[in-house]
Amino acid sequence: MRIGVFVCHCGSNIAATVDSAAVAAAARDFDEVVFSTDTMYTCSEPGQTGIIEAIKTHALDGVVVAACSPRMHEPTFRRAVERAGVNRYMVEMANIREHVSWIGKDKEANTNKATELVRMAVEKLRLNRPLFPKTFKATRRVLVIGGGVAGIQTALDCAEAGLEVVMVERESTIGGKMAKLDKTFPTVDCSSCILGPKMVDVAQHPNITLYASAEVEAVSGFVGNFEVTIRKKVTCVDWEKCTGCGLCTEKCPSKKAYNRFDEGVGPTTAINIPFPQAIPKKAVIDKEFCRYFTTGKCGVCAKICPTGAINYEQQEELAQEKVGAIVAATGYDLFDWRAYGEYGAGRYPDVISSLQYERMLSASGPTGGHIKRPSDGKEPKTVVFIQCVGSRDASIGRPYCSGFCCMYTAKQAILTKDHIPDSQSYVFYMDIRAPGKAYDEFTRRAMEEYGAQYVRGRVALIYPKGDKLVVRGTDTLMSSQVEVEADLVVLAAGAEAARNASGLAEKLHISYDTYGFFVEGHPKLRPVETNTAGVFLAGACQGPKDIPSSVAQGSAAAAKVLGLLSKDVLESDPQIAQVTLQRCIGCGKCIRVCPFQAIRETDFRGQRKAEVIEAVCQGCGLCNATCPQGAIQLSHFTDNQVLAEVEALCRC
Amino acid sequence: MASSPLAYYPGCSGLGTSMEYDRSTRAVCEALGIPLKDIPDWSCCGSTPAHTVDHALSTALSARNLIQAETIGLSDIATPCPSCLKNLKTAMARWQDPKIGPAAEKLLGKSLQERHRVRSVLQVLYEELGPEALAAKVSRPLAGLKVVPYYGCLMTRPKDLMDFDDEEYPVSMDRLLEAAGAEVLPFPLKVECCGASMGIPLNKAVTRLSGKILELAASLGADAVAVACPLCQMNLDLRQGQVEKANHAIYKLPVFYYTQLLGLALGLPERDLGLSKLNVNPEPALALIRQSRPKPAAETAATTEDAA
Repeated sequence: MRIGVFVCHCGSNIAATVDSAAVAAAARDFDEVVFSTDTMYTCSEPGQTGIIEAIKTHALDGVVVAACSPRMHEPTFRRAVERAGVNRYMVEMANIREHVSWIGKDKEANTNKATELVRMAVEKLRLNRPLFPKTFKATRRVLVIGGGVAGIQTALDCAEAGLEVVMVERESTIGGKMAKLDKTFPTVDCSSCILGPKMVDVAQHPNITLYASAEVEAVSGFVGNFEVTIRKKVTCVDWEKCTGCGLCTEKCPSKKAYNRFDEGVGPTTAINIPFPQAIPKKAVIDKEFCRYFTTGKCGVCAKICPTGAINYEQQEELAQEKVGAIVAATGYDLFDWRAYGEYGAGRYPDVISSLQYERMLSASGPTGGHIKRPSDGKEPKTVVFIQCVGSRDASIGRPYCSGFCCMYTAKQAILTKDHIPDSQSYVFYMDIRAPGKAYDEFTRRAMEEYGAQYVRGRVALIYPKGDKLVVRGTDTLMSSQVEVEADLVVLAAGAEAARNASGLAEKLHISYDTYGFFVEGHPKLRPVETNTAGVFLAGACQGPKDIPSSVAQGSAAAAKVLGLLSKDVLESDPQIAQVTLQRCIGCGKCIRVCPFQAIRETDFRGQRKAEVIEAVCQGCGLCNATCPQGAIQLSHFTDNQVLAEVEALCRC
Repeated sequence: MASSPLAYYPGCSGLGTSMEYDRSTRAVCEALGIPLKDIPDWSCCGSTPAHTVDHALSTALSARNLIQAETIGLSDIATPCPSCLKNLKTAMARWQDPKIGPAAEKLLGKSLQERHRVRSVLQVLYEELGPEALAAKVSRPLAGLKVVPYYGCLMTRPKDLMDFDDEEYPVSMDRLLEAAGAEVLPFPLKVECCGASMGIPLNKAVTRLSGKILELAASLGADAVAVACPLCQMNLDLRQGQVEKANHAIYKLPVFYYTQLLGLALGLPERDLGLSKLNVNPEPALALIRQSRPKPAAETAATTEDAA
């Protein structure tokens, strides 16, 4: 083999603490290395041209690039060597940036380590073999998980472009958090007026199949050919027959059911349609409150329903869908602010969350758009807003900023003045974070035109005194204690990962961070991709986001899906496991460890053998490490290649 | 109940201003079968003055008592006073600090050997005995007595150091008093500052802060306040006249140590609980308790069985 080595400076990223030229010089002595050089930016256009020219000049058939992480630029260099006529799997990268220059200051030690990593890469490359991807047909359909505004945007964009879309929503209606909002910042336009038409479009689009009250049960397969099992939850109403007339909700005698849509502000009936614009507009029975289930006697809804849609014996159903790509758009949930003992931990009825307040402001909400204290129904005159409840607070494990609370609090302060002109709002804040277009102007309006008193400081305690709530905080600008006697306290609860987000991530084989938010492919350059091919992200499931950003991501994810499925055939990754039949003893250990069910048992001339299903294998290598005979080998990461690397290290 | 004794650190105020706290604590622990063994030749923990002047001195003063406990072979230490508790716990933490530990060791000429466990008597009663076991031993329930529990600012804070109960809304004393049959009112100011030792240099700090506590307690309809800290008790009880005068209010709220109330519920003689030491007349509150009838023997037996 004729190997060329290219040691990158990465500007000063590597060169500041690694002597790249010395590494290149040392590499000239390695076996089968016929060319070695150092370059300023190997990934740049002249850098790549240098590789191509060296391949031609020196008849290279393998290349080692010592630079950044392969997660950053391996695809770049694979494309480069391919342009010079070398198989793309004849490239190895030595990560001398993230693993060396960025983590150590001692130049001599760093240079030695970089040299050792290059030697390992050379030894592995010597055993590399050209690999050729196979092609397969892709299913031109997409699954969108979550029917909030981000998922709706993705679904509509994909459907408009001609893809078939399957949308799964776990609530009985789509719309997500945005459907619960009264107005949106910074324009104060009606949330349901701008979202409603999009929800209707989802319902009516011929390319969109909607599963509401359903969850993704299991996902198998791979990019282009996912098999999705969808669990349809029990609603006790046959949605084929239900027309959404609402007669059942009028007659239901159980009128104290917990109202999930209204965040518990005001009750609902045991059989209910969450809100007038619900999509699909279908009734659902809440078994916890339904008299038929709690007392065994009732059945009023079944008697009244004109289409006979009520079915108390309904069972869960599973549906199967084949898709080529998946977009997770599962949004967020509100932080449970009861973690704060000093805010009453839920003991005081007039301390409410921002989303509960939003339902009160909404004309179609439980109070008909009138702000009323939950305790006595009186109109509050003094309203205190507390920001950063469950945000930027390491003591409760939420050190991150939720990003949108400053803006919605300003909006709620403005709306409070609109609803109750003789009211006074106070906003306790840490910093005002309003970096969007027309955002900062909006918060200024809340202060200057609507007279909201902004107090920079945290609230230490809320306690009831008579029918008021004493809110005690600090004003860090005035260095003084502040006490406000409030009628109502609204907590700007922060965002946290949606309930059971981590469970879904595991089903999709995507990563999630400490807080349960899904991890994007690259924080800057691959914001809606994941590290699992064919799975994309949109909206707040990746991190807290406001509506404009969620919609932008929804469209971005749609663009990525459309790009992927614009080809009729996709290439499969050839870095998969392969069985050497002579060595396989048919013990079946590989079958048991495979997390993708990619290995099956076959009969070879009367003997039990393992067989890899090439299209399903993800190349994780578990089987390779497990096989007692070394019979199953992961292409590109064979035992011999790993051992060659170890041996290279031992020789250093 | 663990029968191995706890090393008991009464704290200086236990010999003087809070004699009734010390006395009632000993009486209650004896009645509940929790053996206490005084730390021999114990000395002041340094209180607030020592640590405001010199951390090494404060650490040495507190650590000396822990070392004294080692001489009788005990490392499980209990004290009724939250301020002593904070100093003893802080001393253990600071002993590990390379800037303070060696200096303290030099001052004492001795080193701290054991890994001590220091707890408040409240924590011991709550964790080792628990409300259910306590309820089983109650013979004269405090029925009819509406009481607000006041923990003071130190009992649960700072959280990492004290490592007991919810730091902003503790409930341990609530549960014990409920077990004793009292009607415990939810009290939002249970960890507020009473003004502490500011009574001497800046009296109005105490009259304002303790005023808030007493005012809220009175407005909630409490018959009494239960406390766990000698200094809090002094501010709320001994200074109640000053507070009333400054706030133009009349509270007349007796301020009991929670151990006194537990003692009453356990049927201990009033003289063993030091009730005569209280400043605000406790008689109206005691009258409420006396009205409640002793638990019939059968019921007591049944409760015991339930607890078992």
